[in-house]
Amino acid sequence: MSDLIRQTAAELAAKIAAREVSSVEVTQAHLDRITAVDPAVHAFLHVDAEGALAAARKVDEDIAQGHVASPLAGVPLALKDVLTTQDMPTTCGSKMLEGWVPPYDATVTRRLREAGVIILGKTNMDEFAMGSSTENSAYGPTRNPWDLDRIPGGSGGGSSAALAAFEAPLAIGTDTGGSIRQPGAVTGTVGVKPTYGGVSRYGLVAFSSSLDQAGPCARTVLDAALLHEVIAGHDPLDSTSIDQPVPAVVAAARAGAAGDLSGVKVGVVREFRGEGYQPGVVAAFDTAVDQLRKLGAEVVEVSCPSFTLALPAYYLIAPSECSSNLARFDAMRYGLRVGEGDAALSAEQVMSLTREAGFGPEVKRRVILGTYALSAGYYDAYYGSAQKVRTLISRDFAAAYEQVDVLVAPTTPTTAFPIGERVGDPMQMYLADLCTIPSNLAGNAAMSVPCGLSEEDGLPVGFQIMAPALADDRMYRVAAAYEVARDAAAGGALIHRVPELEASAR
Amino acid sequence: MPSISRDEVAHLARLARLAVTEDELDLFAGQLDVILQSVARVGEVASQDVPPTSHAVPLTNVFREDVVRPGLTQQQALSGAPAAEDGRFRVPRILGEEQ
Repeated sequence: MSDLIRQTAAELAAKIAAREVSSVEVTQAHLDRITAVDPAVHAFLHVDAEGALAAARKVDEDIAQGHVASPLAGVPLALKDVLTTQDMPTTCGSKMLEGWVPPYDATVTRRLREAGVIILGKTNMDEFAMGSSTENSAYGPTRNPWDLDRIPGGSGGGSSAALAAFEAPLAIGTDTGGSIRQPGAVTGTVGVKPTYGGVSRYGLVAFSSSLDQAGPCARTVLDAALLHEVIAGHDPLDSTSIDQPVPAVVAAARAGAAGDLSGVKVGVVREFRGEGYQPGVVAAFDTAVDQLRKLGAEVVEVSCPSFTLALPAYYLIAPSECSSNLARFDAMRYGLRVGEGDAALSAEQVMSLTREAGFGPEVKRRVILGTYALSAGYYDAYYGSAQKVRTLISRDFAAAYEQVDVLVAPTTPTTAFPIGERVGDPMQMYLADLCTIPSNLAGNAAMSVPCGLSEEDGLPVGFQIMAPALADDRMYRVAAAYEVARDAAAGGALIHRVPELEASAR
Repeated sequence: MPSISRDEVAHLARLARLAVTEDELDLFAGQLDVILQSVARVGEVASQDVPPTSHAVPLTNVFREDVVRPGLTQQQALSGAPAAEDGRFRVPRILGEEQ
């Protein structure tokens, strides 16, 4: 395995900027890795080798002339296939958008290009980001590099698997109910959901607009912070974008790495343990909490009683918004059309046949569920109550942050489950998001950082840190301090314990 | 006692413009029933006097100067169209035989 693919984004960027190695060499090393292992992992739906190498050549030329576009210039990245790209298809993991090349770049895409980040390709995902395992992709599942028979999380399983398989040092995910953090947890990688409104949603194909948030994925906390600062910031093209300075997350990650958390108050969420939580997950979590204490943090238990209603509220709010958002897939202006040329079919019939053929089962379930929850007669009992729960969850967070600086909990109740285990039981699948959903409903920042391997199965466990809205820097500080202590205790970075993947013959 | 019937699911699918199959109706009716029974717990707060939250951040209208900005060209706008004709989207008939 090439040494280049094992390095962090920060290391690669420094070497590229110092012209010790070229961006073309780094990009080619990752493209070679993708060729070797992606037939087994299936993290990517599309790889743009030519485009990536052209962008890398441009970065190398700019650096030769003394211009370094950003602290990540020349570093390759895997982009979730839910963000639009003018030069690559954007399918959202759906047959509905097979082969669709959008006429515009998402703001996240544009910022990456302007920062000189090299986009290798587009990563696999649950269809329209609905799922927790990437098994809902119309293009087949992605496999977890820790165990190829297990799921890499979802919906951003392509992005998390690409990181764990060393196919890219950076990736972009989107998190509506945990789709960045839960894949991060089950692949031993770092996943960050910034404060809602922190990263522009322009060009992010909408699933549940009041919850969707794009964010950085990486193998280290500092790399995630560097990427966070590249993609975040106010965007006039998104009316929900926050017009305030981006929290200083890179400075916070560097400060945290010094390993001192004295003066930091950490709250352990009481409601997120007990029945349904894998013992090895709880043990790894408790060990991480002890580690925070040793770093000087004051740890207390905090109760957030409404968090137990977060999952039911989410599975009403998100389907309701999705039933409305996905109405745009009407077979008229772009995407799939079934029945073209059959003069007997009306536009409405073509629409219904197209949506039947273009959407997979989970999308249909959620569209039907959302249509139901928004129906007259059920609205108050379901959607109306879910919105009240949302208020109560925000109040629980507000009360907690009067006592503590950050809240912590396991990211997800179990380690990666076997492919196929939960596909027939949607409610079981939904439980993977149990601990991540509150931060989506309240809109605050949250991230998952790896906290060792579960003793039962040797699979990665995720440690979730939640910070108040616009205080993203706080969680980076805690995560960076923990990461240093974790690696010191284990004698090396956790991610390097991922099994060596066999390169498949072409 | 199921909270949603097969007929209701068929009706909702029609409203949502999904030409679902008979097999899907059987599958979805059972699954949606399980999901609805699980999420019905939100009803615990129905009687509480709590304001609803529709969005994580307060939404306000965002204005900009009324000046012309570049947009998509006609070619770009039509680039993903299933069918186009004379620079426009070509769509199936929108009226039924009797209309």
